[in-house]
Amino acid sequence: MKSLEDLKKMREEALKKVEMREGDKEYRVVVGMATCGIAAGARPVLNRLVEETAEKNYNCAVTQTGCIGMCVYEPIVEVYGKDGEHTTYVKVTPDMATEILEKHIGQGEIIEEYTVEAARSGQGE
Amino acid sequence: MSMIRTNVLTCAGTGCSASQSGEIFENFNKYLKEHGLENEVKVVKTGCFGLCQKGPIVAIYPDKVFYSHVKPEDVERIVSEHLYKGRVVTDLELSDEDMVTHEKILDIDKIKFYEKQQRIALRNCGKINPEDITEYIAMRGYEAVGNVLTTMTPQDVIDVIKASGLRGRGGAGFPSGLKWQFEKDQPGDEKYVICNADEGDPGAFMDRSILEGDPHAIIEGMTIMAYAVGAHKGYVYIRAEYPIAVHRLQVAIDQAKEYGLLGNDIFGSGFDFDLELRLGAGAFVCGEETALIASIEGKRGMPNPKPPFPAVSGVWGKPTSINNVETLANVAQILLNGADWYAGIGTEKSKGTKVFALGGKIKNTGLVEIPMGTTLREIIYEIGGGCPNNKAFKAVQTGGPSGGCLTEHELDTPIDYENLVEAGSMMGSGGMIVLDEDNCMVDVARFYMEFIVDESCGKCTPCRVGTKRLLEMLTKITKGQGTMELLEDMEKLCHEIQDTALCGLGQTAPNPILSTLKNFREEYLMHIYERRCPAAVCKDLLTYTIDKEACKKCSACARQCPVDAITGVPGKEPFVIDHNKCIKCGGCMTACRFNAVIRR
Repeated sequence: MKSLEDLKKMREEALKKVEMREGDKEYRVVVGMATCGIAAGARPVLNRLVEETAEKNYNCAVTQTGCIGMCVYEPIVEVYGKDGEHTTYVKVTPDMATEILEKHIGQGEIIEEYTVEAARSGQGE
Repeated sequence: MSMIRTNVLTCAGTGCSASQSGEIFENFNKYLKEHGLENEVKVVKTGCFGLCQKGPIVAIYPDKVFYSHVKPEDVERIVSEHLYKGRVVTDLELSDEDMVTHEKILDIDKIKFYEKQQRIALRNCGKINPEDITEYIAMRGYEAVGNVLTTMTPQDVIDVIKASGLRGRGGAGFPSGLKWQFEKDQPGDEKYVICNADEGDPGAFMDRSILEGDPHAIIEGMTIMAYAVGAHKGYVYIRAEYPIAVHRLQVAIDQAKEYGLLGNDIFGSGFDFDLELRLGAGAFVCGEETALIASIEGKRGMPNPKPPFPAVSGVWGKPTSINNVETLANVAQILLNGADWYAGIGTEKSKGTKVFALGGKIKNTGLVEIPMGTTLREIIYEIGGGCPNNKAFKAVQTGGPSGGCLTEHELDTPIDYENLVEAGSMMGSGGMIVLDEDNCMVDVARFYMEFIVDESCGKCTPCRVGTKRLLEMLTKITKGQGTMELLEDMEKLCHEIQDTALCGLGQTAPNPILSTLKNFREEYLMHIYERRCPAAVCKDLLTYTIDKEACKKCSACARQCPVDAITGVPGKEPFVIDHNKCIKCGGCMTACRFNAVIRR
């Protein structure tokens, strides 16, 4: 390493390794990873979320949780904002996950049609 | 493509390593593999989290979940429940109880132990892998030294350190900027810098934890110091009794050399700096700077009279600056964030933060870093959680064998260098030992004196002979052979040693006696006049008796007694202790289930 520029480059590279330890993110994206979730395909969804977040530097932390009791709607992805408001997306596929990151995390837009409310009203509940 | 989604940080400090954290680390790797998670979850060995009482600690990020008292056999559960299924293992989770609502607090930043702390010197401990230079670089590591070497003159650097108000964290509190200025102003090209990592106070482990958790911060701090004073060679003087710290520091030095952050022409600035480890054999006196220099030169570790000060004639007779580990850990942060930022923390004369190793009769044993000006009460009760088992607080010992004991009256003193001296103790390197009602103050003084007698290098008579006599006098008092004349002689001798000893070790050696005499004189008098130890510590002054009324004649005490000093008839006559035979082991007291054995 011969200059401050080199150091800066190395730092940006290294930051990806440790930045998940800095707890303060705008959003927390939580994937249901209980047996029901995994069976319904939550793992590829989680992988997609982690990959895209790292690649595009979305301001969110991706974590997992257990069963939240709506197994019929798995895979479930919940997005928590900083002030506690939260959105529940249901029956999420990897491609839907990409979209959620793009619109919700990137632009702050909730994708209504993917939410649990939309799914329920569609079934006439 | 596989991406790491979770980091598992296991503590690899000395304390947690002693509680099998190495095995925990290996188990994580093993069970992650079994669950096919080895490409998603990364296990990292990190430095001390500070809350050693609850160790071994495992932190899971980004979930920000902390597990405490983790045992190797718990790892399978954490992997299969938390990392595989996403369910937090609540019974292992580190938590605190809200004083008012009694709700469980799980957020690590809100837990009482951490809430009052401000971590500057310890900022990376428990957060990065100390054996990976890139993780340090990710935390803005080596940015300060890069800026310094490419944009600042040595005088600029010294001016910043002066303006920040940084003072030596080894104990005496000499302004670091001034120290550097003295060396810089010396003529000649051959100059040296030394990091004093010879931490020796009983109960102190601040420097060890910094070296174990963030060794690169010391390398960076030393490089900056070397540039400021014009040195090209540095030594880290560290005791061989710190094997983990020595290993991590050596790894860090090798990595820094590999990355060109030590060696020739650092950052293309033309500045050369090389660093070498020197292992000490663990003599307390080698923490004294002139003795330390002698030891580095390969001589016997004995102090020399000052002046000349090391800044004029230090190692190999050349100008040398010696700074403590914690002082150096602050340097890069000051240059990154500015002198004003640092000077904004703390009190009028003591700036920044101080790390204390909290030990003794306290609930949360561990490492705490607080802004100067925090009161002793806040540290002991709010961070430390007070004395365990509802025992009454008696005193707090700060400053190690050179310091003193402070009482309840001084608890609201804001901590800074001047206040602690005024209160009759000193800052010292940061050991803080809490004593409760079960500690005898004469015995505490005797403990420190025993330490000093062991560690006195023998060069000057006041220390070599004087401390030995002090120990004898204290021992007499604890055996009930004390008289008022003895006490007067002891006090007189204390003052004589203070005035005549060669180095700091000897001059401050009587402090534990003088401060306990000042604050707990009545305890000494009870030992002398009443032949009684109120805390029931001094064995020779204790008597065990059995309360006839309370005795249930069960014979449990007699069966326990190793010298057959207890007689009685089971079920018929109460038991009696023969004081001539009793060796005061206390076995009967532990054996009795009816509290019939009385110790006085």
